Amino acid sequence: MALVPPELFQTLFPNGIVHYALGGVLIGLGVAFIYALTGLTPGASSVLESTWSYVSKRPALSEGPLRASRGWRLVFTAGIVSGAVLYTGLTGGGVWTTDVQLWRLAIGGFLVGLGTRLGKGCTSGHGICGVGSLSETSLLNVLVFLLVAIGTAGIVVSLGVSP
Amino acid sequence: MNGDRGLGFVVVVYLGGLLFGVGLALSQMARPEVVLDFLQLEDFGLLFVMGGGSVVTGVAIAIGTRLDATAPLTGAAYRRRLRSMDRDVLTGGVIFGVGWGLSGICPGAAYASVGIGNYPILVAIAAMLVGAYAKTLLR
Repeated sequence: MALVPPELFQTLFPNGIVHYALGGVLIGLGVAFIYALTGLTPGASSVLESTWSYVSKRPALSEGPLRASRGWRLVFTAGIVSGAVLYTGLTGGGVWTTDVQLWRLAIGGFLVGLGTRLGKGCTSGHGICGVGSLSETSLLNVLVFLLVAIGTAGIVVSLGVSP
Repeated sequence: MNGDRGLGFVVVVYLGGLLFGVGLALSQMARPEVVLDFLQLEDFGLLFVMGGGSVVTGVAIAIGTRLDATAPLTGAAYRRRLRSMDRDVLTGGVIFGVGWGLSGICPGAAYASVGIGNYPILVAIAAMLVGAYAKTLLR
């Protein structure tokens, strides 16, 4: 007995849900593993700011908790890259490259970097750790960025930009 | 680097990141096209990535905060991830949303994207670093 009619399921999830859900669980297990042993709730975006403390003498960067965390944040980032390399190796997939245009990656990337630091977190800091903490700040931030991103992507498509 | 916390701490953070990266690659979230399909409402599977990740993390945090214990490697208390609410949370969310909707890439997925060989994503990561630096000039 299907909870969702097959046609509707096919429309909502044309690629199924298994690899999405398994991937999500692994992401959660990675965070839970670090949390259980260190008490840290790692997010992926702080490293974009903390790493500047290696080269900048400005007090905003060279003092405070971000500087103290800059080492393990780079280790966490190296782990993420390694995990994706491991997955690619295990599945025998070759190198994959995006067709999304470079100007979209550049302008979008800049706004992602600015917005995530201004907003105190990203898809993992707010979206995984904050939502997992039932933090009202995170739930609101996620709701805002999700709706704005859906609106933005829709506008970009309607302007005929692809991919 | 983390001299006072020891090798075990570094290994644990690395292995946790490794699992995190495998998850991002397996879920295909490391591909901007897949994220854009979701944001264009053509494939809702990404809800299971964020849902699965936050539920597993939520269980860990719910257990941790109820234990009368501290984290073995750091002695830190188990806490929820809480941030103060202010206008920046909303402004930042809007800016992040425009960037995510335009590029289809967020920080964690961008690092994983490097791992699947997607070298053009380095442009996005470089731009994220510039954006994060720009934030320090504002606040």
